[in-house]
Amino acid sequence: MSKVRVLAGTRKGAFILESDGKRQNWTVSGPFFAGWEIYHMKGSPADPNRIFASQTSGWFGQVIQRSSDGGKTWETPGGGPEKSPQGWPMGESNKFVYDTSPETGAPLTTHQFYDGTQKPWVFKRVWHLEPSLSDPDTVYAGIEDAAIFRSTDGARSWQELAGLRGHGTGPEWQPGAGGMCLHTIILDPGDPGRMYIAISAAGAFRTDDGGKSWKPINRGLRSQFLPDQDSEIGHCVHHVAMHPERPGVLFMQKHWDVLRSDNAGDQWHDVSGNLPSDFGFVIDVHAHEPETIYVVPIKSDGEHYPPEGKLRVYRSRTGGNEWEALTNGLPQSNCYVNVLRDAMSIDSLEECGIYFGTTGGQVYCSPDAGESWSPIVRDLPPVLSVEVQTLA
Amino acid sequence: MIRVVVPPHLRTLAHLDGEVQLEVEGRVTLRAVLDALEARYPMLRGTIRDHVTQERRPFLRFFACEEDLSHESPDALLPEPVASGHEPLLIIGAIAGG
Repeated sequence: MSKVRVLAGTRKGAFILESDGKRQNWTVSGPFFAGWEIYHMKGSPADPNRIFASQTSGWFGQVIQRSSDGGKTWETPGGGPEKSPQGWPMGESNKFVYDTSPETGAPLTTHQFYDGTQKPWVFKRVWHLEPSLSDPDTVYAGIEDAAIFRSTDGARSWQELAGLRGHGTGPEWQPGAGGMCLHTIILDPGDPGRMYIAISAAGAFRTDDGGKSWKPINRGLRSQFLPDQDSEIGHCVHHVAMHPERPGVLFMQKHWDVLRSDNAGDQWHDVSGNLPSDFGFVIDVHAHEPETIYVVPIKSDGEHYPPEGKLRVYRSRTGGNEWEALTNGLPQSNCYVNVLRDAMSIDSLEECGIYFGTTGGQVYCSPDAGESWSPIVRDLPPVLSVEVQTLA
Repeated sequence: MIRVVVPPHLRTLAHLDGEVQLEVEGRVTLRAVLDALEARYPMLRGTIRDHVTQERRPFLRFFACEEDLSHESPDALLPEPVASGHEPLLIIGAIAGG
């Protein structure tokens, strides 16, 4: 019997929601790490019982948690009494140190701040954890201030892939309203060397050599807040999604505009079509229909809630431009929640399920690809991220 | 034996029940006590002091004997009642965030 496990990160802890394949009756576990912000949790495709979590706090900084039993128990990797070869305690799973080596890190000194001055990179938190598709001990971390790190020892220790910050445009990057965060990491299942990332507010980038070298992939993006609206970098990309069977086709929810690329990001074009607002944060792709995509329109950058107070998921079956509202079971009046960029996920059951979490603490599930919705939980803390695991 | 009280969230993280008692050899300074604390509980590394700079995290303070020691040199001797175990070193999370 198939099962699903939904991993919900919130402002005040983590929750795990589990159901069988019908997705009607749910058990809720948590809060785990109560009182801490859980920016993201994600399970390893290579070993679904291995789950990584980013636990952060304004007081105590970053902690990385790892489970090897599907979320029942957790540990801080390397947090036990083991010692390094030098005799020091390990405890390095939360140590994210930018590369400053003469070979690869020397040019990486500063980035642009809100006021146009240059500021040094300072680690603040992990926004996104992306486990390897094939190795349960390998995981990537997208951090603020924007950089990508990789661990190959189950998140015990981290090394920066410094070619991203060092490829040339790094000093021009600047933070978005939420900070200068690397929030999206997409691994190409057909090409181990290819990876996509996105940064607010620098844009999207691609590597074809496993993270050694990177290039901006923002051609076709236009942002009215930029002096040069077609700039190579500086765009506030909110999220990017890809169907694993068509890794060259990408869908993007930008600050404003929904876009697609059919050539691995080399060129984008607007597919916002008839959306009531093309501002938003989440975007995702149906598990079995690569041209079926989902977004949740938000009124504007100044008003982070659904247009008209109606919470609507919009679906396009044509890869964009033609959108239909999905409202059955969603509040259609007086609803003023937001859906944050990592707070939508899609399972891979035969009739694929769509999940999203809101800043009002609801996690909604549609077991029929968006036709009908119901809340799994209604009263969690504000939801920061939602990931679903489809379990055999 | 040095006594240390850590904030509730860090007690949870380190699976602590109540205050910590530590052996500290040599000079009993803030740095020596925190080194001993992190050696016993490595998961606390980076949560009280920055991993690289070793500076106190901004929203944490160090108190003992009704004194704020947060801005003292980490290599200054802690008050004698702390060194003798009569008073605990308190690591306090600031009231912040609304």
